[in-house]
Amino acid sequence: MSYQINEELLRFRPKMAQDKVIFNDFNLWYGEKHALIDINIAVKSNIVTAFMGPSGCGKSSLLRGINRMNDIIPVARSTGEVLIDGKNIMGSGINVYDLRKRVGMVFQRPNPFPMSIYDNIAYAPLLHDVAEEEELDKIVENSLRGAALWDEVKDRLDDSAFSLSGGQQQRLCIARALSINPDIILMDEPCSALDPIATIKIEALMRELKEKYTVVLVTHNLQQAARVSEMTAFMYIGEIIEFGATRDIFENPREELTEKYITGRFG
Amino acid sequence: MNPVSREKIMKRLLLIAVALSLIILPVILIWVGYNGSGIISIEFLTSRPRLFEYGGIYPQIMGSVYLVSLCTLFGAPLGIASAIYLAEYAPDNRITQSVRFFTETLAGMPSIVIGLFGLEFLVFYLQLKTSLLAGAISLSFMMLPWTIRASEEAIKTVPQEYRAASLALGATKWQTIVNVVIPAAMPGILTGVLLGVGKAVGETAVVWLTAGSGLEAFVPRSLSSPTGSLPMYIYLLATQAHTVEGVQRAYGASLVLLIMFLGVSVSALMARNYYLRRLGN
Repeated sequence: MSYQINEELLRFRPKMAQDKVIFNDFNLWYGEKHALIDINIAVKSNIVTAFMGPSGCGKSSLLRGINRMNDIIPVARSTGEVLIDGKNIMGSGINVYDLRKRVGMVFQRPNPFPMSIYDNIAYAPLLHDVAEEEELDKIVENSLRGAALWDEVKDRLDDSAFSLSGGQQQRLCIARALSINPDIILMDEPCSALDPIATIKIEALMRELKEKYTVVLVTHNLQQAARVSEMTAFMYIGEIIEFGATRDIFENPREELTEKYITGRFG
Repeated sequence: MNPVSREKIMKRLLLIAVALSLIILPVILIWVGYNGSGIISIEFLTSRPRLFEYGGIYPQIMGSVYLVSLCTLFGAPLGIASAIYLAEYAPDNRITQSVRFFTETLAGMPSIVIGLFGLEFLVFYLQLKTSLLAGAISLSFMMLPWTIRASEEAIKTVPQEYRAASLALGATKWQTIVNVVIPAAMPGILTGVLLGVGKAVGETAVVWLTAGSGLEAFVPRSLSSPTGSLPMYIYLLATQAHTVEGVQRAYGASLVLLIMFLGVSVSALMARNYYLRRLGN
């Protein structure tokens, strides 16, 4: 199996980027199940980082560690630190709602609210009182432009979000995440429910977004990781097996397990 | 008998069963309409009852409207609030399960028992007297379980993805409930409330014991006024009238009650469709 790693990704070296999110001895349990084991990695700023691995390896749990969405699962508990810009978000005195304003999230299936396109984007700015009514139109436009959706919907902002196609809905969800101007965007298998053409658009968008944001992507699609991410973490049963530049992971894996997974001789 | 002909026979039997059950409803409607429409006039609708079986039913119509409105005012917020707690906050344990079981039981509770409780507790013990207030509160006991059940169901069927999306945008749980979950559950909640209102509109035993005798000649002027209602009026005239005029008035009042009930149902349907359209379905 061969992978098409694009030029820009080939040139990337981890040294070139600054640390944005650092996991220090991070562990997570769901009840008795030890879902994440001694995670120690640094996600770099302004690149796309992919977490990949087979189902149940913990990649989504790790992603949700960055905006503490694991908190909403009653049986989940964790130890260790997660630092964003040097500050431990697991520490006391951290307001989880402020944290989530800074860390946007896009989910596996497009999940726009049952509201108009406009209201979907205006939801979070209104909630957090960050916008005067007059600025709202501008925020909606900028967010939709940021998600490469503006030209397709600018004449139908009052239509229901459900009138959009699946791929457009997912871009709307990306725009919604951009509406409160986060620094990090988490994407949890954002293309798994989309067709190939919509997938290409979202992948192109990820490459654009990383200019302004730190993008973390969960994917089980190896080709996708090779196409869009500067760095890749390969996970297996709750552990990071290997983490490094995507080029090294795909062309020169250090671990046998990684190599087996990359070459499809897994399981 | 071979399976094929048994199939045919069973299909026919089932068709007969459905025809029998469906024919009852129009028969009742036509029957009441036929017997009741003759008496309906502006005078009948706007004057007060006289000499037991003469006069109009204005105080009864208004009494029913007051009772049901007030009952909804108490029952709907309380029921929706309970449903929100049960669906969103209550831990999934024995206590919650018992509360749920209790609510379902309450929905099937014979109304005469609720009426008796209203009489003993509200009318006598709390000294609310036989009144609009006592009647409306007792009726809201009838309404609550229906409202809670349907609303809880509606809230629970709101996709988890909406909640996750809202929380991930930094909303608190309460903000998520108010801004996303409740609007999305609105069609179901409305259905629940109006199901409860429908129960209250036609309820006889409860108002009999707690609100008034039925033949009140005045529209209630305060919460403590005894209050007549259409179901009570119908009950009294149907069982105790000696003249054709009396029976006719029972039918006339039944027709008005039916129209009120249909009004509630139709507005429920319209409100539901309005919200469904707004939600983009």
